[in-house]
Amino acid sequence: MSEEQKTGRRAFIAASVGAAGFVALAPGVKLMDLAQARAPGESVSGKVRWGMLIDTTKCATGCSDCVAACATENAIEPGSGRPAQSSQWIRKIELKEKTGGHRELSLPMMCQHCANPPCVDVCPTGASFKRADGIVLVDRHICIGCRYCMMACPYQARSFVHEPLHHQNPEVPRGQGCVEACTFCVQRIDRGQGPACVEACGKSGHEAMLFGDLNDPGGEIAKRISTVASSQVRADLRLDPGVRYQGI
Amino acid sequence: MLRHAGLAFAAFVAFIVFALPAVALAGVPKPVIDIANPGQCIASPEVMRRTHMDMLLHQRDKTMHEGQRGGKVDLNGCIDCHASKSNGSVLGSNQNFCQSCHAYAAVKIDCFECHQPKPGKARIAGIKP
Amino acid sequence: MAANIVYREIANKRTFWLLLALCGVFIAGGFWAHLTMEHHGHVITGMDNRIVWGLPHVFAVFLIVAASGALNVASTASVFGKSIYKPLAPLSGLLSVALLAGGLAVLVLDLGRSDRIIVAATRYNFKSIFAWNIFLYTGFFAIVGGYLWMMMERRMNAYAKPLGATAFIWRLVLTTGTGSIFGFLIAREAYQSAVMAPMFISFSLSYGTALYLLTLAAACAIDDRPLGDAVVRRLKNLLATFVAASLYFVAVFHLTNLYFTRNHGVENFILVDGGIFTALFWLGQVAIGSVLPLFLLLAPGVNRCRILLSCIAIVIGGFCQMYVTIIGGQAWPLDLFPGFAASSSFFDGEIHGYVPSLWETLLALGGVALAAAIVIVALKLLRFLPERMDDQTLDPSHSDARAQ
Repeated sequence: MSEEQKTGRRAFIAASVGAAGFVALAPGVKLMDLAQARAPGESVSGKVRWGMLIDTTKCATGCSDCVAACATENAIEPGSGRPAQSSQWIRKIELKEKTGGHRELSLPMMCQHCANPPCVDVCPTGASFKRADGIVLVDRHICIGCRYCMMACPYQARSFVHEPLHHQNPEVPRGQGCVEACTFCVQRIDRGQGPACVEACGKSGHEAMLFGDLNDPGGEIAKRISTVASSQVRADLRLDPGVRYQGI
Repeated sequence: MLRHAGLAFAAFVAFIVFALPAVALAGVPKPVIDIANPGQCIASPEVMRRTHMDMLLHQRDKTMHEGQRGGKVDLNGCIDCHASKSNGSVLGSNQNFCQSCHAYAAVKIDCFECHQPKPGKARIAGIKP
Repeated sequence: MAANIVYREIANKRTFWLLLALCGVFIAGGFWAHLTMEHHGHVITGMDNRIVWGLPHVFAVFLIVAASGALNVASTASVFGKSIYKPLAPLSGLLSVALLAGGLAVLVLDLGRSDRIIVAATRYNFKSIFAWNIFLYTGFFAIVGGYLWMMMERRMNAYAKPLGATAFIWRLVLTTGTGSIFGFLIAREAYQSAVMAPMFISFSLSYGTALYLLTLAAACAIDDRPLGDAVVRRLKNLLATFVAASLYFVAVFHLTNLYFTRNHGVENFILVDGGIFTALFWLGQVAIGSVLPLFLLLAPGVNRCRILLSCIAIVIGGFCQMYVTIIGGQAWPLDLFPGFAASSSFFDGEIHGYVPSLWETLLALGGVALAAAIVIVALKLLRFLPERMDDQTLDPSHSDARAQ
């Protein structure tokens, strides 16, 4: 390791410690452990699998702070066309049980970051891919806009950009003619933060969203998943989604 | 007859070799290389001119697929220094850094179909070279 | 036998230019629509994040599926040795290449980033049936191109049979691939079925043969070339078999879906309660596209007019089928939470509507016009069709036998 890289790693760890101090104030946000922090120039590790646990009993009907935070972080604006032509990386689904007491539930739905993602299977160019740490992304450089992944996704989590965009966040490139979806705020993860939606949910006091490394046995999310009953949406498809729901 | 044809051909070749480039170059204004925030680039201008696209392509795959950010090559780093002071962008007119050269070389820039051509909020907590 | 058959280009210049101009108008319209869509984005179309594949895909998939079936007559001649069809085989190969080109053009020009077609041609994900199809389609062009050469160059005639056999197998694989685009979509109740691939093969056989017969009749009409009744009538039984097979697969597809109670929702939607989709299914696909042609082809006293009428009905039914399959399948909402009624800002739990815009309609029609233009130009430039196609010329032995 060169001297420069060492300095880089030290600076990064220092920054991460600072970020951890800040984030500890925002409940509901669980950071990656410092042992997993990456130095610049170091690739993401397959030892990590990012995931989310959503407690539907805490998620409030009518609250859409997660959706707003996503839109702010990723610069998602409503388009000029019909509502169905605008991008939605995360949406709130309101559920009402058809039988019995008509139990009502509210939950956020987004890319489930499957371990066996159908969008990656069907993508002709390989633009849909799964990063080593389990985040499913679209490489817009090679996406041709065929929308086959949108046909294949069981969660309808993907959107097609229907018109030219001008107000992108410099860290979140997005553009006309490509398909996109929730990235778990990969730009934040790469600098040691959690997704914006999770942070917003914590700030709102609901603390319905927990983010972390599913593979880390000591981590909060792995502990919670091993102790409380959680479910996967469309578990029958055996896609092993990284987003789990509690209380459905 | 044959000799005349040869002469005509030679004249034609001479025209192509000498005259056309002169006409072409005279007609197209040289790119404006106006750097809003002058300083040390990551490599010499000669190297940057010839290889910036390869550097960006290489880094693009590293960042996209392996999550490597904040390294020496960084498109947002380019934009930070090279966005014009007048409109805050690397694009907009043939006075803007990226657009002026690309218009001169007649090479389409695909980057800004998706990437923001204006500098934005602070990025990677880490390291600037 | 082939020695006394004379092949000729189209002689009627006026009709040729008229048809070409007509196609040119539609091709220009399609290209204009493409440029407009590329400039403004798909926001100007009727497609959205729920109906992601629209009218262009209905037309493109129809043309691609029909392309494979248009090769039937050539296969009958080369692979199954029916020499009466040999003089008609080159048109069959030509039509299949033209239809495929028209369909692919629509598909490519509808892409969000059709300027990146080079990416699609250089980067492959071999798990994707789409990526496989890129090879199947280009391979089809190459094989049928070679096949046409072997058929039309006398010195090469001997090689027409092996190449014809390759083309025959290749196009079955090709249609399997096209059907599998839908069959592999695990999430969608309306699609996921292994029957999709064989069903698409039977669709392709009937749509392709119908389009071939219509093209043949039109090509003969341009120059007043005689076309024998026997040769048209002989294809009638083949066509009826294909239509019946398609209908059989459609029945099996829906009955197997109905067997699983969880699919009753989507089946009820298509078959009973789906508005435009139900109407197009029963009236378009079943009545006009299947029952009417079966009646026209099989009832006693069949004549050429009735056969051609049945071909038109099959083509109309084919477009209806593609619309129901492609758009209807997407209109039905995905059920993420069985047992719950869902609602969201992204239309969860709602049936999705689709109204095609002028742009995507122009693009779709442009593909049809491109296919037609390729056929017309090729018929004008090259000797694809015999000067005479009366029964005596095509099949002297058969006519002789009848005369005796």
